[in-house]
Amino acid sequence: MTDLAASGALPKPKRDILPVLLPAIVALAMLPLIGSGSSWVTLTVASLAMGMMIFIMASGLTLVFGLMDVLNFGHGAFIAVGAYVATLVLLPLASWVQADSLWLNLAVLAPAALLSMAVSGALGLVVERVLILPVYGQHLKQILMTTGGLIVAEQTLYALWGPQIIPLPLPTSLRGSFIIGDIAIAKYRLLAMLVGLVVFAGIQLVLNRTKIGLLIRAGVENREMVEALGYRIRRLFLGVFMVGSGLAGLGGVMWALYREQVHASMGNDLTVLVFIVVIIGGLGSIGGCFIGALLVAMVANYGGFLVPKLALVSNILLMVAILMWRPRGLYAVTSR
Amino acid sequence: MMILSGDPPRSRVLSIVLIVIIAALAVTPLLFPGAKAMNVATKICIFAALVASYDLLLGYTGSVSFAHTMFYGIGSYSIAIALYSMGPSWAAVATGVIVGLPLAMLLALGIGLFSLRVEAIFFAMITLAVASAFLVLASQLSWLTGGEDGRSFQLPELLRPGTVLISKDVFGFELNGRVLTYYVIFIASAAMILALLRVVNSPFGRVLQAIRENRFRAEALGFRTVFHLTYANCLAALVAAGAGMLNALWLRYAGPDTSLSFSIMLDILLMVVIGGMGTIYGAIIGATIFILAQNYLQALMGAASNAAADAGLPLLPGLLHPDRWLLWLGLLFIASVYFFPTGVVGRLRNPPRPSS
Amino acid sequence: MTDLLTLAGVHTHVGRYHILQGVDFSVAEGQTTMLLGRNGAGKTSTLRTIMGLWQASAGQISLGGQRIEKSATPDIARLGVGYVPESMAVFSDLSVKENLVLAARDGPLDDTRLEWIFGFFPALKRFWLSRAGALSGGQKQMLSIARAIVEPRKLLLIDEPTKGLAPAIVVALIECFAEVKRRGATILLVEQNFHAARELGDKVLVMDNGKIVHRGEMAALASDVALQERLLGLSLEAHQ
Repeated sequence: MTDLAASGALPKPKRDILPVLLPAIVALAMLPLIGSGSSWVTLTVASLAMGMMIFIMASGLTLVFGLMDVLNFGHGAFIAVGAYVATLVLLPLASWVQADSLWLNLAVLAPAALLSMAVSGALGLVVERVLILPVYGQHLKQILMTTGGLIVAEQTLYALWGPQIIPLPLPTSLRGSFIIGDIAIAKYRLLAMLVGLVVFAGIQLVLNRTKIGLLIRAGVENREMVEALGYRIRRLFLGVFMVGSGLAGLGGVMWALYREQVHASMGNDLTVLVFIVVIIGGLGSIGGCFIGALLVAMVANYGGFLVPKLALVSNILLMVAILMWRPRGLYAVTSR
Repeated sequence: MMILSGDPPRSRVLSIVLIVIIAALAVTPLLFPGAKAMNVATKICIFAALVASYDLLLGYTGSVSFAHTMFYGIGSYSIAIALYSMGPSWAAVATGVIVGLPLAMLLALGIGLFSLRVEAIFFAMITLAVASAFLVLASQLSWLTGGEDGRSFQLPELLRPGTVLISKDVFGFELNGRVLTYYVIFIASAAMILALLRVVNSPFGRVLQAIRENRFRAEALGFRTVFHLTYANCLAALVAAGAGMLNALWLRYAGPDTSLSFSIMLDILLMVVIGGMGTIYGAIIGATIFILAQNYLQALMGAASNAAADAGLPLLPGLLHPDRWLLWLGLLFIASVYFFPTGVVGRLRNPPRPSS
Repeated sequence: MTDLLTLAGVHTHVGRYHILQGVDFSVAEGQTTMLLGRNGAGKTSTLRTIMGLWQASAGQISLGGQRIEKSATPDIARLGVGYVPESMAVFSDLSVKENLVLAARDGPLDDTRLEWIFGFFPALKRFWLSRAGALSGGQKQMLSIARAIVEPRKLLLIDEPTKGLAPAIVVALIECFAEVKRRGATILLVEQNFHAARELGDKVLVMDNGKIVHRGEMAALASDVALQERLLGLSLEAHQ
């Protein structure tokens, strides 16, 4: 038998780490521009916290697009729904929220978050079956149907809760900051970072260590072949969609607490940011989404500090810049 | 037939409906001179043109853009800023037009060319982001645009409501500046729609449809799709800007909420889908349905909502509240996309044959 | 000898194109049937239709007595069909190991079976944990085939496995298929390489314009040069 080993050793795959370094590079580049070290730390922590929240909201969308080739323009609805559902728990139990005890606060936040995720996930089920499945494969109709879904969802929220802004105070033990020297680190931001990292780690674990994760990663590349290997991947789609919507709901709760208010239009405002993040990161890439979220949050925070009037525009510029460099996003995963 | 560029309605019912609509619009100042009716009629004219321009993009080239209101806004603001800064003169109007149209075209050029560098799938998302940024920009540059409050201005004397050209005694109705403005808008909108009909029925229009069907094949056949798509984008932007200018002339005002808001974009989408994509006539039908509903359905809903509240029903009063009219139109929109993808026009042209 | 796979009057439309125009043939159990024909004759489309990736617009397909023309691809695969597509379709982002883990749907990877596969394709053992995307063309083809045989399958549908590969690797593939055949598998093989076709084929089918234009014994076709030229436009000898 011929020596097939003669083909030599495989080239070590070139690790594409430049995108990973980007957030660090940007952060460090900002230091001289901002001047004051303590302000820089505050802004950086704010960026990290905001980035985590946006990542949580965007992660579902990027996976759904990468795996299912589905464009859900109504993703913002899940965000808003999550926030509203949280009020169902947090407002009646206001005393627990106001108590100055971390455990009591967490004891009321956890169920609120879980309920939000459950309801958003269930809504995801409805959306997938009613709006997406019927027009599967037709991008144009998908965009239209999901946009319609967004309209209907937002209007329904107005009908159920009214058009006014609902205040959602932060739990007492999470207010304020840790003071180190002359640097103030907001407690809630730390929690947000923690939750974000846990979600990221969880997703990476599932994707890399479980068979379902294997199916998802393979399916993102080549759906047909996964089916030809005997897997009914359509069922997996629904599961991924629901998880994605649930995560959006969680993001919505966290954002609502961050801003201390809930309003039906928050879905719209955040949709744009989430889309930018998903585009920058590359559709279907969780890692890209993570980096994209950090970059977008940094531009919003550093930009908001340096050139306040141009916050949203600077995110567009960021997106344009990255697409000029890599037209399919930082980590283009899908073969499409 | 020439005036319709060889693209007649192709359905008796549709022709009748269109004739009724156009006739009604033509005689509104004579028969329904009240402020509300005039506003509704004007809005129908302007949106028919605006939505038709969007149909050129969506229905004929197959690209979904969420940035169309930008061009509408550019048109509105050009007129408003010109008349505000230069005073109410025809020179100012001309300036507004001369500045606004090329600006819209340039922006369309930029978006079109950039979008061709990235995957088509990104296009919709990117236009959404760009439109949002534009809205923020308009609010921020308040020294130019008047910020959140927008820009109010006076019209040239001929177009002002106070100017009476033919008094009531002569024909039984008053021909004043407002009526004149209305007819300017009516005729301009009609002209733009007829121009669009001409474009989509020309060889250029047929290439657009070929591109919509299969872009790769069109390129393989030798058509420079980049050129065609960019050209279509620019045309659509020009008409949208034109509609915006007419809007500013009528309202004597331009502001973020009347020309740039995302809800206008959604309204356009609803109108074009319900009316019928890829038909141009669908724009007229869709605009009429939508705007009539927006203005007159709410009264109906209000009555229904009160009735439901009186009857003590749980969710209904909230869902039927007149402010929630968009909810029902949104449901109609979803139903249209799924059940009547060709819209009202498509349905009228090809009525479903009874299954044998 | 029973027929494992039967196609009767199968038509397939893809978009506006009428690709398969009434395909009839049977594949006998335990035998290797070659599917030959010019480019564009419809060979790949036939395999895709059997696999359910394209749905037949008319006709019947039976596998082991069961009608499958309306079945979904995963269900067809689970009836014991292994598919090696023309494009290989390895999952680049997954490791060699992960590709095979996915393919072994009936249970964990069988070490004995793996060792048997490594015997033909030692590269797969060497690059076990490496990303499949970094493999060479020949190694990817080995992986694609390994995926189809990592568990015993009733029917193997293989589409041009030797296309573009170095002769040494082609030899390895032929040895592998011969062994698989010896173990009793039924194979439907699309192949342009005459040497491989003659080595492995028991029966031969020739397609043209979406129809079967010749069916018979491989040996008979291999010895009849005139017939070869008529059916395939050239002698198989020349087409090495």
